[in-house]
Amino acid sequence: MSGTFVGMPAFPEAAREAVGNPTLRGNLRHATHTIRAKRAKAVAELSDWAALREAGKRIKDHTLRQLDRYLVQLEESVTAAGGTVHWAADADEANRIVTRLVKETGESEVVKVKSMATQEIGLNEALEAEGIRAYETDLAELIVQLGDDRPSHILVPAIHRNRGEIRDIFRAEMSEWGRPAPEGLTDTPAELAEAARLHLREKFLRARVGISGANFMVAETGTLVVVESEGNGRMCLTLPETLISVVGIEKIVPTWRDLEVFLQTLPRSSTAERMNPYTSTWTGTTDGDGPRTFHLVLLDNGRTDTLADEVGRQALRCIRCSACLNVCPVYERAGGHAYGSVYPGPIGAILSPQLRGTQSEIDASLPYASSLCGACYEVCPVAIDIPEVLVHLRERIVEGGPVTREGNKVVLKPAKGHAAERAAMRAARWAFGRPGVLRTGQRLASRTRRFHPRTLPGPGKAWSGTRDLPAVPAEPFRDWWQRTRGTIGEGGAK
Amino acid sequence: MSSRERILGRVRRALADVPQDDPSYAEAVARDYLREHGDRSVAETVELLAENLADYRALVHRCGAGELPSMVARLLADRKAATVLVPPGLEESWLAETDVTRVPDRGESTAHELDRVDSVVTACAIAVAETGTIVLDGGPDQGRRRITLVPDHHICVVRVPDQVVSSVPQALERLDPRRPLTWISGPSATSDIELDRVEGVHGPRTLEVILVG
Ligand code: SF4
Repeated sequence: MSGTFVGMPAFPEAAREAVGNPTLRGNLRHATHTIRAKRAKAVAELSDWAALREAGKRIKDHTLRQLDRYLVQLEESVTAAGGTVHWAADADEANRIVTRLVKETGESEVVKVKSMATQEIGLNEALEAEGIRAYETDLAELIVQLGDDRPSHILVPAIHRNRGEIRDIFRAEMSEWGRPAPEGLTDTPAELAEAARLHLREKFLRARVGISGANFMVAETGTLVVVESEGNGRMCLTLPETLISVVGIEKIVPTWRDLEVFLQTLPRSSTAERMNPYTSTWTGTTDGDGPRTFHLVLLDNGRTDTLADEVGRQALRCIRCSACLNVCPVYERAGGHAYGSVYPGPIGAILSPQLRGTQSEIDASLPYASSLCGACYEVCPVAIDIPEVLVHLRERIVEGGPVTREGNKVVLKPAKGHAAERAAMRAARWAFGRPGVLRTGQRLASRTRRFHPRTLPGPGKAWSGTRDLPAVPAEPFRDWWQRTRGTIGEGGAK
Repeated sequence: MSSRERILGRVRRALADVPQDDPSYAEAVARDYLREHGDRSVAETVELLAENLADYRALVHRCGAGELPSMVARLLADRKAATVLVPPGLEESWLAETDVTRVPDRGESTAHELDRVDSVVTACAIAVAETGTIVLDGGPDQGRRRITLVPDHHICVVRVPDQVVSSVPQALERLDPRRPLTWISGPSATSDIELDRVEGVHGPRTLEVILVG
């Protein structure tokens, strides 16, 4: 992944800092609680939610199990529709391909629609190094970019900023990048949005190269799908002459019809809407409408390694709805930055260490950034058992074992005396030592309770031998949820 | 070895545990979810469409076929529109009662030219009642994708009940994936600032839907 996060402190340190920041905590609590309540309502409108969730899970699982076949089929259909397909084994290769494609157009600036894949590979920085300016056009990404900041949420990247902070950033930075903020800009959301509209419109109208990700790619037809709200996606997808989409290989669905599942579950799970304001689909190029040249860059960058792990591979089903972030007690307190990766929250805690490996302290500590309360699994629209993968990864870190890195089988040493172990211990201490986290975290699902040891396994034994780990209460998570929220996770839990 | 071969090779090795006779797509994917939600008459489905469009802040109008030209003229006048973008195949009569200057949807018009136009009038491919969505497929009466994006005011005409489906599954069934599609549910919106919903960041700030029939 990108170098953006190199040097990040491991999760416990980063989280400790975040927990001590009252503005950040306030912003986060407001945001996550608001989305959570709205989402439950949007999901309750569909009486067949459990069946949709099961179908989404099965479609993605089936696709992953036959991914080679679907990738080849996708390549054929995109090519037949007039697009060009490129394959990138890692971040560097993807960045090289995109840089070359932009240079071939003779342009030195590009407009971008929010894409986690391009954040993951550090594309903006790579382009910058080659003299190409990449403008983020999603309002939140603009706030992040102008603030020289990092996104902290999948869907609401500037969730950690309040309106006053945003006004200050706009006033101070917009003029550096183009059209300045209007005189006397206040902090009302409408005025801030208008300032962003004017600032970015200037860029859209002259843009000749657009860069996007995609939410889905349809193998059968070669269609790409982008789901968004603001229209910046449509701008980037239709106004430029050249469109370059960088998409992880796990984003495939087999057929056009499969979209009927995800176009129902994704908007309701993410922004709690019946449907997001704009969804664009395109298949190659269309004469006279939209870009004349279309490139699709298929990105591996650790995904095949993740696929090789039979327990962990389910993380690749993720459709990035961010529902799991909004229910996570640890995310709510620690914030997205503490995870040190573009994928924060529960999904980040299982995806990042798989994509990047667990050599670094931050990656080794991520599987511990959870209280295993199970709320993330309950809301996940593709039923990823995040607690199961967390526990699997913890075992892997502490006990070692075979893993695949860059396509090769390697045997991970047990974490004894290793930085990872220290990170893990610190993380455990962090979680267990914080009454707030603990209070929520202790209400564990009975099925995960067995994973909470009295003594820590492996090298942790000595550590826990002289310390008491808190006892796990008997009340299962689901009972607690029902008692405190008045409703069972509507996700059709098993 | 090319990256294509390298990645496909890695995928195949990663899937060594998957048996040769792994269930086929048809066997693996259960589709016991609903084709539509609820049991509604045609009129109720149209009513639901109107409600859901309005719930997402589209302005909804209804009229009979004969009243459409005057309705379009009135909406343009209310906006004080001086210019209106017209897709090549738009029904002539729809604009018969307005004298707003027409700007044809031309391939060579630049984005800056489109930015100076006040309004756009289009038809649609279909509308989805359960989600309050109109879908454009770039047909001659809808024009290229950019014309419904850059101007600040979009008037979209839906023929009811013919163009109305209940649900997302029914919509996908009727759409052609080879055409570029734009699904529109309410005007452009953002909730990026403290989750307060603000209409119109980049797309049209006003979406007016006329249900005709
Ligand atoms: S893991 Fe599930 S809930 Fe979390 S972002 Fe991915 S799809 Fe959504």
